Amino acid sequence: MRFRFTQTAIDTRTARQELQNLAAGGYVSFEGWVRDHNEGQEVTRLEYEAFQELAVKEGDRIVEEALRRFPVVQALCIHRVGALGLGEMAVWVGVSSEHRGEAFDACRFIIDEVKHRVPIWKKEHYRNGDSGWVNCERCAAPAQHSHASQHAHAEPHSHAAEHHDPVAATSE
Amino acid sequence: MNLSVPPVYGLILAGGASSRMHRDKAALEYRGRSQLDRACELASRHVPEVFVSVRANQTTDPVRSQHRMIVDCVPGEGPIVGIRSALAAHPQAAWLVLACDLPFLSHAAIEHLLRERDPAAFATAYRSAHDGLPEPLCAVWEPAAGAALAEYQAGGGHCPRKFLIRHGAPLLQPLDRRALDNVNTPEEYAQALMALESEAPMQLQIRYYALMREQAGRSEESIETSAATPADLYAELKSRHAFTLSREQLKVAVNSEFSDWSRQLKQGDAVVFIPPVAGG
Repeated sequence: MRFRFTQTAIDTRTARQELQNLAAGGYVSFEGWVRDHNEGQEVTRLEYEAFQELAVKEGDRIVEEALRRFPVVQALCIHRVGALGLGEMAVWVGVSSEHRGEAFDACRFIIDEVKHRVPIWKKEHYRNGDSGWVNCERCAAPAQHSHASQHAHAEPHSHAAEHHDPVAATSE
Repeated sequence: MNLSVPPVYGLILAGGASSRMHRDKAALEYRGRSQLDRACELASRHVPEVFVSVRANQTTDPVRSQHRMIVDCVPGEGPIVGIRSALAAHPQAAWLVLACDLPFLSHAAIEHLLRERDPAAFATAYRSAHDGLPEPLCAVWEPAAGAALAEYQAGGGHCPRKFLIRHGAPLLQPLDRRALDNVNTPEEYAQALMALESEAPMQLQIRYYALMREQAGRSEESIETSAATPADLYAELKSRHAFTLSREQLKVAVNSEFSDWSRQLKQGDAVVFIPPVAGG
């Protein structure tokens, strides 16, 4: 399994060991952390939820793709689910490789694809007591289903780009 | 939201003479329900008000009188009179006009029509998969069509299809070839009955995540449905649970793998609708 979930803190020491290989001359990792603000709002905590059966398949496919596209030795991605506090690690990506260039490239590729493709959702809780599912709430049409036709006509297409280009509350 | 877009009401046309069927088409039953009831129920999931279009001598008919009715109030015959009467009864509204004899019409087909409707046109209709012509009786008619139809009828016109052709009404490609098949003869009725019987409702497992879990108020449910595809299933569940996300914003998975929206669902399939993701 090259992509997995954990309910508890990500153990980066063990994960790093899984990538160790005598053919590798280096190792690059990326950690995504829970940040205290997003889109002008003060964030107090996050919840991550995943459709795990499909998410591990899609995550595995992404890492496999990275291994095919870049001449790296090993790669692994671990994602947290459940409730996370500020500063906690939400995602970890590690790549070992003969040379550094492709390790950076593969690491970047994996985190970018994971954000776009893997069925994981993030709920932000704000200082003012509000909360919201990132990428879902602002694009959702107002709750008035009997007139679905009216707003649906104008909204989905213009927002389409936004869903596939998620804003980062963590990780960067 | 754009407040200038008129609301849409539903109008089920059931005033026809049913001459080829030799019996009242509105009363024909599928799975124990009259097709008029089925059409009203289908429309009511998508629009706030649904009316049945009737002639003056049909108002006490037991099948029709269970529903709110709009009685023909302009001279003439045929569906054009029903459409004009509805437009006159509620001049501020647009009308989702449906013939009552479309047994294969789906939630997805209605949702698509309402979504793609052009309020600036006289009407937005489906293009027949058989002859490429507009289907005026599965269409959204806008308020402005009222005066134009009156003028058309005063000039000797009576055919709503020709009216739509003349005015270059926007036409939509049907999602499902069969959706607009109507049933005019006893033979067609027998065929439709057989086709619908062979599509007995299936049991599906639906699981919800994130925003959709909260809006549905549950993380899973087992439902009985005759939705043929995930697109149709979403249209049905969207109205049931008042989901705010449109289908264009979602992906869908069947049996834990990404799926096409037009895949044929099977008994026991596990379906997950995937709202915009936000990992990392």
